[in-house]
Amino acid sequence: METKDYLDHLEAEAIHIMLEVAGQFERPALLFSGGKDSICLVHLAQKAFKPGKFPFPLVHIDTGHNFPEALDFRDQLVDNIGEKLIVRKVEDTIRKRKLVDASGKFPSRNALQTYTLLDTIEEFEFDVCIGGARRDEEKARAKERIFSVRDDFGQWNPKKQRPEIWDTYNGRINKGENVRAFPISNWTELDIWNYIEREEIELPNIYFTHNRQVVQTDNGQLMAYSEYLNLDDSDHIREGRVRYRTVGDMTCTAAVVSEAHTVRDIIEEIKIAKISERGATRMDDRISEAAMEDRKKNGYF
Amino acid sequence: MDILRFFTAGNVDDGKSTLTGRLLFDSKSISTDIIETITRQSKIKGKDTDLDLALLTDGLRAEREQGITIDVAYKYFSTDKRKFIIADTPGHIQYTRNMFTGASTADVAIILIDIVNGITEQTRRHSIIASILGIPHVLICINKMDLVSYAENAYSDIVDEYKKFANGLNLRNVDYIPVSALEGENIVNRSEKLPWYKGTSLLTYLENVKTLQETMDESRFQIQYVSNFVDPKTNEITRRFIGRILSGTYKNGDLVEVLPEKIATKISSLEKYNRAVEKAHKGDIVALQLSHDIDAGRGNTIVPIHQRSTLTNEIEATICWMDNTPFRPAQKLIIQHLSHTTKAKISEILCKIDIHTNQPDYDHTENMALNEICKVIIRTAEPIAADTFDQNRSTGIFILIDENTNNTVAAGTIFLFR
Repeated sequence: METKDYLDHLEAEAIHIMLEVAGQFERPALLFSGGKDSICLVHLAQKAFKPGKFPFPLVHIDTGHNFPEALDFRDQLVDNIGEKLIVRKVEDTIRKRKLVDASGKFPSRNALQTYTLLDTIEEFEFDVCIGGARRDEEKARAKERIFSVRDDFGQWNPKKQRPEIWDTYNGRINKGENVRAFPISNWTELDIWNYIEREEIELPNIYFTHNRQVVQTDNGQLMAYSEYLNLDDSDHIREGRVRYRTVGDMTCTAAVVSEAHTVRDIIEEIKIAKISERGATRMDDRISEAAMEDRKKNGYF
Repeated sequence: MDILRFFTAGNVDDGKSTLTGRLLFDSKSISTDIIETITRQSKIKGKDTDLDLALLTDGLRAEREQGITIDVAYKYFSTDKRKFIIADTPGHIQYTRNMFTGASTADVAIILIDIVNGITEQTRRHSIIASILGIPHVLICINKMDLVSYAENAYSDIVDEYKKFANGLNLRNVDYIPVSALEGENIVNRSEKLPWYKGTSLLTYLENVKTLQETMDESRFQIQYVSNFVDPKTNEITRRFIGRILSGTYKNGDLVEVLPEKIATKISSLEKYNRAVEKAHKGDIVALQLSHDIDAGRGNTIVPIHQRSTLTNEIEATICWMDNTPFRPAQKLIIQHLSHTTKAKISEILCKIDIHTNQPDYDHTENMALNEICKVIIRTAEPIAADTFDQNRSTGIFILIDENTNNTVAAGTIFLFR
């Protein structure tokens, strides 16, 4: 029989990191996107702190391009666990800072999101933000420490990373700096799904197969039809039987054709999948070889 | 299924990233879109092979431009037997501290030797680092066997030479494997080009090598976070001391002592993830409640009465200096011993370890620069509850932080209390 003791190990590592965050910082926050990775973070936080309260609020940076299913799920979850949620909207940032909104056929507010995040960090004086990034997602992320120090402008400097020895995390920072802490750095996509299955964690239903109106991009990716797209006559809307491997914005997260009804189905599907998670679903990383590295240097998660 | 962590070390051009890339590629852990991207990049860069496997791990733009590894990249793959976490570490001396980062948690150190260049300064340096960090297994991978037509004598010469060198080191288990990372020989399957070689392939070795068994079972627990829970019905407050069991076992009802205050009390409740348990072990995260209302906090240690650990304000330790700015005698430091921090001072540099010969140097002890390894005496403001690294790999370790810059300036292992 297949044993899963490695999941116990990953779980304990993640919770150990969360406890270090709670113990070392004055004003932590947990960045919550509504995707499976941050849902797992919330589950881990419950294991870490229950029956006590979380020592941090959940923070959602709302791009305005979210899947409504993800937003409903978020509100339901917060209701169930009885923790505090802070929502800040990219639309407000655009208005306040007089920024130019994203344009194009599939307008992505990915870059704009960083402004809102940094403004929110400043507003609440967060000294650390817990995030659900994983090192297997992308090669710039593969290089990042568990406690990643960002400067006054939220920038990541890959050449000046602190040594991180054993699992002793140095969270001391200078004024203006803050830390991004990544408890599930060492988890892969498959680990996440195995954990979701074992712990019976609930997810937004768009992770499972459903019928949806989709538009095919030039790359052959399937984008959900929504009011945020700027389509022209050449685009053809059709109905597909799809699910989402990652849940980001409607404008830049592609669906995959799938008949997976259950978490077990998804695990089997991933095991034989030939395309990586981000490669299959993210338009934003396809722009250049160093797209993620550049975004991180600018303060992106 | 369990987890094996390993890191790769070696000379700048010994093929570390190629080896890692090869393991990922041949164990079918790379998705087709990533292979396509890398094939395209290999062609653009005019590499002589169709697929430059090093591009799989060199994730930063500067690394791809310079063709070297600057910082640790973590990569993951799994087989039916294990999940593997690879730390692909830089070989260049300038990035030794990044190598420490990747190496510190490893079960296995893979040290690559280029068969043409033989044992170099870096081979020796990386072996000494593996010895200082107490890495349980060292695997010497003799690479580029294709360049010597897979000849046995070229391989055994290097094995003999390494054995002589390793004699003087404190390495626990050393094994040797001939490979060609570029050609993929002896990586996943045993190579037909090496009929004289009787051992296993690299992957078979990694799937079967034993992870470390603890040498000491004494129970150690440090508080990471204190949680006060107010019962909404009764308004009663319960205080939980949450943290990870560093070694040994804790049981509900154990008579314990809270250090450094040496307050005796009893574990009145033991919970694992909000569920009461009778017993918990090394690696478990637990929440303890104590019989007495004690003022205990983050960084305090809780040990069973009969397994007291040493409280000390003065330790001797082997440290690696990791800051660009050399050590200054007046430097104000903070020692972080797991979750316990207190002010500290390096009161004396006993000797420097020559990183290429492992010999102590007693003559140049007035300073300490980046990447140097020294034996030092450290005095701490508050006493720390520690064990020596020999006794306990989980608690005999610490880092030093500069109070002014907040940088991690050194990492060390304790070898003596004073």
